[in-house]
Amino acid sequence: MDDATIRFTVDGIEIEAVAGQTVIEACDAAGIYIPRLCHHPDLAPAGQCRVCTCTINGRNGAACVTPAMQGMVVENETKPLNDDRRAIIEMLFVEGNHPCVYCVASGDCELQALGYRLGLDAPKQPYLWPGRPLDTTHPDIILDHDRCILCSRCIRASRMEDGKTVFGFEGRGIAMRLNVDAQGGLGETQMAAIDRAASVCPVACIVIKRDSYKVPNGKRRFDVSPIGSDIEAKRMPRT
Amino acid sequence: MSLLDIDERILELADLVDLDRSPFDDKKAFDRPVDVGFIEGGCANEYNVRTLRDFRRHCRILVSVGACAINGGVPAMRNTIGLKECLEAVYLGGPTLEGGGMIPNDEDLPLMLDRVYPSHEVVRIDYFLPGCPPSGEAIWEGLSALLTGREPALPYQLFKYE
Repeated sequence: MDDATIRFTVDGIEIEAVAGQTVIEACDAAGIYIPRLCHHPDLAPAGQCRVCTCTINGRNGAACVTPAMQGMVVENETKPLNDDRRAIIEMLFVEGNHPCVYCVASGDCELQALGYRLGLDAPKQPYLWPGRPLDTTHPDIILDHDRCILCSRCIRASRMEDGKTVFGFEGRGIAMRLNVDAQGGLGETQMAAIDRAASVCPVACIVIKRDSYKVPNGKRRFDVSPIGSDIEAKRMPRT
Repeated sequence: MSLLDIDERILELADLVDLDRSPFDDKKAFDRPVDVGFIEGGCANEYNVRTLRDFRRHCRILVSVGACAINGGVPAMRNTIGLKECLEAVYLGGPTLEGGGMIPNDEDLPLMLDRVYPSHEVVRIDYFLPGCPPSGEAIWEGLSALLTGREPALPYQLFKYE
């Protein structure tokens, strides 16, 4: 261990981080899963969804944008935090249209997987059933606004990884929605199916055509094991 | 029908419970208060609402079973379109219509609701068994928990929305 090593505790477990790492990055490396939706390890953090909120030195903060600091005390796996996370997931379910029953991403959807992991058996808030358009103007990609949870992953990936500005937000509050930088829909943008922006969507808002059932239902990522299992496996005792 | 997927445990169930009102006996009304009621399907018309409220009145514990009861399921696809537009598309603009059409309007037909509602938006629901449909294992787990005084808690492999 050198001077640059930072040590702090998460739920009483001491972990190490290097300078510049965020709490969620340090926890991922240490095998401690913090639930998250807008965060993606390949993208700059946004701190938007707040699912990764932890109690850090007694105050709540988003783990994806909080730098790891020497001696900090982080609480992650607590009932109040998981209740809040479940409430966020519940609100996302009722504010959009997320019918898992006939969704191509079922079993591979991070929103659904968090519902499973957090034990959301049914949203208790009333469903809003918003009328949202389906953009099929692109030859290789479907943009289904029904599923969008405004995580901004596609916006960040398009700008920072693809060097394009295909996606952005418009409107505010409940009227906020994803838009594209062309009047005629996604088909008139520079978007390509191989773009990073096309593969970071946590739900089924951005869907590659003719690609949806390569892995059949029942054998998809979260059919097999809960979200975060890959991170937690790093803490499994070695044989 | 998914209840039948519990296979031979249906015999064990028959020893444990007395059925009062179910699709098996096609009985239309409760004779008495019951301990546990399983309700499936959302509320698409006023008959559905009447049935659901009848279950709530007679059941000490009411369980919402399946995606349609929990979030409206496939019938709720009409919720983002609107009832009028949906009826017109089916009965006035359907591609198989010949010689025009008309929207059904008969006193024997239950009044359609403005949208399909999940059960818990109409009455209080005590427990939820998600799935489309929930597997026989999930139904048995939930049912046997209630019959033995445990809180229903599905293991990960049985906890599915689809």
